[in-house]
Amino acid sequence: MHVSFWTARRTVAWMLTVAACCGFAPRVDAQELLNVSYDPTRELYEAYNAAFAKHWKEKSGQSVTVKQSHGGSSKQGRAVIDGLEADVVTLALAYDIDEIADKGKLLPADWQKRLPNNSSPYTSTIVLLVRKGNPKGIKDWNDLVKPGVQVITPNPKTSGGARWNYLAAWAYALKTQGNDAEKAKKFVSALYKNVAVLDSGARGATTTFVERGIGDVLISWENEAVLAIKELGAGKFDIVVPSVSILAEPPVAVVDKVVDKKGTRKVAQAYLEYLYSPEAQDLIAKHFYRPRDAKAAAKYASQFPKVTLVTIDEQFGGWAKAQKTHFADGGIFDQIYIK
Amino acid sequence: MASTYAKNRNVLPGFHLSLGFTLLYLSLLVLIPLSAAFLKSFTLTLDGFLAAAGSPRVLAAYKLSFGASLGAATINAVFGFIVAWVLVRYDFPGRRVIDALVDLPFALPTSVAGIALTAIYAPKGFLGSALEKIGVKVAFTPLGVLVALVFIGLPFVVRTVQPVLEELEAEKEEAAATLGAGRMAVFWKVLFPTVRPALLTGFALSFARAVGEYGSVIFIAGNIPLVSEITPLIIITKLEQYDYAGATAVAVVMLLISFALLLLINFLQWRMARHRQAST
Repeated sequence: MHVSFWTARRTVAWMLTVAACCGFAPRVDAQELLNVSYDPTRELYEAYNAAFAKHWKEKSGQSVTVKQSHGGSSKQGRAVIDGLEADVVTLALAYDIDEIADKGKLLPADWQKRLPNNSSPYTSTIVLLVRKGNPKGIKDWNDLVKPGVQVITPNPKTSGGARWNYLAAWAYALKTQGNDAEKAKKFVSALYKNVAVLDSGARGATTTFVERGIGDVLISWENEAVLAIKELGAGKFDIVVPSVSILAEPPVAVVDKVVDKKGTRKVAQAYLEYLYSPEAQDLIAKHFYRPRDAKAAAKYASQFPKVTLVTIDEQFGGWAKAQKTHFADGGIFDQIYIK
Repeated sequence: MASTYAKNRNVLPGFHLSLGFTLLYLSLLVLIPLSAAFLKSFTLTLDGFLAAAGSPRVLAAYKLSFGASLGAATINAVFGFIVAWVLVRYDFPGRRVIDALVDLPFALPTSVAGIALTAIYAPKGFLGSALEKIGVKVAFTPLGVLVALVFIGLPFVVRTVQPVLEELEAEKEEAAATLGAGRMAVFWKVLFPTVRPALLTGFALSFARAVGEYGSVIFIAGNIPLVSEITPLIIITKLEQYDYAGATAVAVVMLLISFALLLLINFLQWRMARHRQAST
């Protein structure tokens, strides 16, 4: 039995090696893109890739296949720095692409100026997902610090979404408590005292809340919360829109070094530009991301409740500063655990 | 023994070739990646190294990782021994099935194990809800980490102890019994000393596996800083913050502690073997 087990392992290893050699060899005849994205965009880009392939075929006669890779935003950024050949990156926050520019030198530092709207073709925000009927009576951020309320949110050290969550709570505390950073720190510290599980990515946190039934409230991407209601557990959850939240701008960028090496710059550029087209904006709204296009925004207005949104730039002085103050080792997130 | 090969040529041919191969193989697979980790951590200044590898969060993680791993290896040593004993010494229906079950933690992808354990031990789970009534929380606490580590380490003890028990003739124990030894005496004086080296090996393997385990623990731990973060998670977290040098600093500390502990276990084994040789 032992023998058969090890033989089987070896066979599998060989098969993988062979598959790796054949499967991933470069093909020059058809255009192929790799889109390295963050956790909850799976469904959106599956639909968008099909739409773009059709559009590109009509426009240039070329067929293009787009492969997708998903995971925690920072993990994906690291993979690209380490050599994952992404033609385009579509990540949860600008800081992760900044790091690819800074550490990997794969694209210029001013990448965010190359496309409209800070290179973010869609936005989203952070909302609260509660169990049906809202048994704990959660209406706003200040209900999350009450004793006995169990909060689920991923770890801001590893998850892009979790950083938006944290900053949204921080922005609320500043707004309601007279712009006092000390008070905001106390508020966020109390909030994280109520967190029972820190998953490493947004999807993991959703699974913990939705499928394992842990916690009273999930702090979540708006698109992820709507998806949870529509597909994972219809009629089991309610969305609570807080009084203040943050405007999350997930940016996109062409990875220059990779597209120049693979000769895919033109199609990669078109892939990102098409995200701003009316058709794509409609698709984006259909997947519960807030579109930039006014027409799509009007069409799906009922889907996106009005909420006071602060931006990372005006409230936190940009990502680089927010990262350093809050999430770097020894930053405020570390301090709220280590007294 | 070691010094004789220089004087008289070994009867077995191929010594130089096979030793050369062994060294090359170990270098490629073990030494080079490990030294790469060391070299990367040298890019830090001493202060940077201490800050990365000695912050309160990281210290708490070492404590949990090594503490839970030693705990799990100890539990496995006791219960793994009992399982091996039952499998070797008794014949009963279903023995082969149980024998095969022991290997399952080897074969199961660790994330599958982690998700399964979490589902069972979570407050809404089958065992978790029962335990909650008596006030015991397993999932998302350090206890959950221990449970996962016990699970993945069990086969190591069983599979190292089993062959030794199989070779141990029942006659020896019978002889001891006829010479007037009581049951406890037979166990402690005859059985246990024979099995002890294998048990120690199993303990060491189970411990080493537990220290490096990531997949199964991460789901059940809850990953709260200072409470239930294991060291491998700290390393991954640092990597995902693009802090490569900091990650390797933690890895190097972990490596050194593991190496010291394994060396200690080997030393104990060596002393035991010498002691046994001297006494026979």
